[in-house]
Amino acid sequence: MTAFVMPGETRDLGTPAREGRPVHLTIDGVAVTVPEGTSVMRAAAEAGLAIPKLCASDSLEAFGSCRLCVVEIEGRRGLPAACTTPVHPGMVVHTQSEKLRRVRLGVMELYISDHPLDCLTCAANGDCELQDMAGAVGLREVRYVTGANHFEVRDTSGQRNPEWRPVDESNPYFAFDPSKCIVCNRCVRACEEVQGTFALTLEGRGFESRVATGGADFMASDCVSCGACVQACPTATLQEKSVIAQGLPTRSVLTTCAYCGVGCSFRAELQGDRLVRMVPSKEGRANHGHSCVKGRFAYGYASHPDRITRPMIRDSIEDPWREVGWAEALAFAAGRLRAIQQAHGRRSIGVITSSRCTNEETFLVQKLARAVFRNNNTDTCARVCHSPTGYGLGQAFGTSAGTQDFDSVEASDVILVIGANPTDAHPVFASRMKKRLRAGARLIVIDPRRIDLVRSPHVAAAHHLALRPGTNVAVVSAMAHVIVTEGLIDEAYIRTRCDWDEYLAYAAFIADPRHGPEATELLSGVPAAELRAAARLYATGGNGAIYYGLGVTEHSQGSTAVMGIANLAMLTGNMGRKGVGVNPLRGQNNVQGACDMGSFPHELPGYRHVKNADVRAIYEAAWGVPIDPEPGLRIPNMLDAALEGRFRGLYCQGEDILQSDPDTMHVAAGLKAMDCVIVQDLFLNETAQYAHVFLPGSSFLEKDGTFTNAERRINRVRAVMRPRNGHADWEVTQMLANAMGADWRYGHPSQIMEEIARTTPSFAAVSYDLLDQEGSVQWPCNAEHPEGTPLMHVDGFVRGRGRFIVTEYLPTDEKTGPRFPLLLTTGRILSQYNVGAQTRRTPNAQWHGEDRLEIHPHDAELRGVQEGDWVRLASRSGETSLRATLTDRVSPGVVYTTFHHPDTQANVITTDVSDWATNCPEYKVTAVQVSLSNGPTDGQRARAARAGRSRRILPAAE
Amino acid sequence: MSPDTRSSEKLVIMANQIAGFFRAQPGTDQAERVAAHLNDFWDPGMRAQFLALAEAGAAFDPLVRAAVPFVRRPLD
Repeated sequence: MTAFVMPGETRDLGTPAREGRPVHLTIDGVAVTVPEGTSVMRAAAEAGLAIPKLCASDSLEAFGSCRLCVVEIEGRRGLPAACTTPVHPGMVVHTQSEKLRRVRLGVMELYISDHPLDCLTCAANGDCELQDMAGAVGLREVRYVTGANHFEVRDTSGQRNPEWRPVDESNPYFAFDPSKCIVCNRCVRACEEVQGTFALTLEGRGFESRVATGGADFMASDCVSCGACVQACPTATLQEKSVIAQGLPTRSVLTTCAYCGVGCSFRAELQGDRLVRMVPSKEGRANHGHSCVKGRFAYGYASHPDRITRPMIRDSIEDPWREVGWAEALAFAAGRLRAIQQAHGRRSIGVITSSRCTNEETFLVQKLARAVFRNNNTDTCARVCHSPTGYGLGQAFGTSAGTQDFDSVEASDVILVIGANPTDAHPVFASRMKKRLRAGARLIVIDPRRIDLVRSPHVAAAHHLALRPGTNVAVVSAMAHVIVTEGLIDEAYIRTRCDWDEYLAYAAFIADPRHGPEATELLSGVPAAELRAAARLYATGGNGAIYYGLGVTEHSQGSTAVMGIANLAMLTGNMGRKGVGVNPLRGQNNVQGACDMGSFPHELPGYRHVKNADVRAIYEAAWGVPIDPEPGLRIPNMLDAALEGRFRGLYCQGEDILQSDPDTMHVAAGLKAMDCVIVQDLFLNETAQYAHVFLPGSSFLEKDGTFTNAERRINRVRAVMRPRNGHADWEVTQMLANAMGADWRYGHPSQIMEEIARTTPSFAAVSYDLLDQEGSVQWPCNAEHPEGTPLMHVDGFVRGRGRFIVTEYLPTDEKTGPRFPLLLTTGRILSQYNVGAQTRRTPNAQWHGEDRLEIHPHDAELRGVQEGDWVRLASRSGETSLRATLTDRVSPGVVYTTFHHPDTQANVITTDVSDWATNCPEYKVTAVQVSLSNGPTDGQRARAARAGRSRRILPAAE
Repeated sequence: MSPDTRSSEKLVIMANQIAGFFRAQPGTDQAERVAAHLNDFWDPGMRAQFLALAEAGAAFDPLVRAAVPFVRRPLD
């Protein structure tokens, strides 16, 4: 629905932009200069001379089927299509003439002869390019009497029209009405070119041509519901159901998606304060107009009836909740926290900041710990995902973030994906990666599981190293061994950018035959020849880019593996320019920002250790209090300390540690041991079962702020409606701080950003004015980089010289044996997000209603397990039951599940083994046994009962 | 197993894991680097517990034991 122009939205210029030397031409007497390769259509549009079009869109390559964009070019015969004709120096183009008018009128007449004339009742009325073009060409009559057509259900004699097809309403978010299709092929091309799924096709020829899915309907096809086809459709054929139900939006607000770390820009389109749809923004520099099923469609959770909008308290976790006013809830919380500190000391309470909240909110929560609690007991969910990235890249490069922007992938020749599943977890970036792969870049996947990228339409990995879970360091080191011993290093790069002596020590270490692929094959199961070939390809195939995820970090050697990845990039000189680099794919929308904002217990905002007196002095001056020089507790340490009785109060904003953190029984015991647990969330989540205070949270649609995505890009979040709970989350934190005696007076998040910029060198130039002007900026953004920094470590590393670090492989303590012979690894699925609190409360549940255990048919047969059977999954931590799916995506000996549903209790199974440096849990390796079962375990039934009991709410006293 | 025993065992495992990384590093200051890691990332309560365990002769890796003198004793 691209014709519906909202304020601030750019026009569709018809064909994609090109880069090239300037070409001068004349269009309708106007001198135009555009890059070589640009189409006549785009050149005309850029000069403000829009040419009628139907099948063209600047998000798609030109197709040349509608013939509405015909033009006359002096010296050329016939009427070429403006969309498929590239500009030429000195070209003279005429877009208007009597001849052109008549041709376009004829084209439109034919289109309309097979299209219903129900504009007044059509969902696309006012937002239809067919309607616009009929107007633009001056269509006044249609001479063709109704004959064969696709839109009439029955002909005049009552006979059923064999060409008519019913509306496909199988997708929960959009409808496909074939009777309104003009077969422009835009949806098919969007599915191919933009999304890369190839779910749609045109079947038949001529009058028989129809858009078709591979399955019986959209839901039965390969469609991933990204919305690219809906976005591309010029008519009402593919239309959001929300628009069909509500009508067209009347205003729009540019904001940022609150799902994954890609950080897509969206236009929230509304009628008043009622959201009609979310439309990906073409100006968004992370997503360039693309979206996925979560960001585009799964926003309904914000108005779900489960949402809690009033504060609640209770004396004991056995009591029902009591609804109270804000003042009473905050006084209760503040009183308990201060009482704990009086009785058990300053360091007996702490906070968990949220990677789903804004930078400004996160900054305030860690400030609450540091300035009001007066300790450093602050941590964030990055502890359990990318804390090893922070430590590992900090040690190697001097900064804890990805080195590239997403656009960089367009210049990559070899893409190395390690322990990440971008098509499911970072779908919009995955689409860009697949586009580059289709254009010829080569792919190496290191993953125990055959993720979709390994083999999907028109994408195939050159090498898939299906390693045994837990052997990342052995495999990455073996790649380095091959690169060093086969002389594939970039010596000039290492000599100029890295410490040569450290390199020599590292090279002596890594060249030892025990790191060779022949030796590590026994541990990792990766064939030596395949590993050697992959290493050679990465080192010699051109620009090599590494993208990695939690399959790297969530291990006992997670930090070591990150250092090993940094070593690979430095060895081969794949740093500091477009197309290369080391890129952690961040899980949550603002996990990068939460880390940047000083959420970790050892560092103040901007990754500066609390032991440094000069850094403390900045905040001591700004906040007027002494800053504790000692590091605080990390989340797992908080829970351990709670069981010892020295940590007794927690303010947990927008996290659900009971569901998301490992070893559920241990988390529950830790929470239960505390005297005051404050949960701030949209819903009564799992953690709230053990809470004494519930402070209702606000959704991303209801507040101002910023999110920072995986490419360090700071994007604005803008309120589109008032908070349903009455207060944005930053206001709630401020009220809690003030209830504890602080005197905070922030009136708007922009004032918090001013404080961040004032105190944090890498954010020094960031302001809401700059963000409004630039759209977004990537940190560091300061006097040296006033418009931000797309690529890092270009002329040298942040720490000076890049550091090679010895990466000795040490097997995890979590080993298989007779009792637990299989290895469990965990992951995500496209339609669900993290613990599922948001996506489970949307129709996305139709794609993934339950977590399943993937098991290899060989392992299943040994255990008598068949497709769909309930199985018991047991580890030394605990046991749970779920249903099995047989697949050879996992190797024999490996099983896999997702953790999106609380009933599954997947983290009852995971253990307390963690990364040596950061305590990031080893989610990705758990020794388990699988056996047939009759259904949910007693533990699962008990959880369901407890969850129900702890969600009882007494009505507020009048 | 009491929580105290479990958390003590965990602390020993965690310290030994840290030693596992630094043992492989070149140079002669591995013990100091183990201690620096504990000083940088372990809160005063964990370090106090660690030092108490060291005095009680817990099953620490020799490199962890060598690091003990460099671990900062919490003041409060």
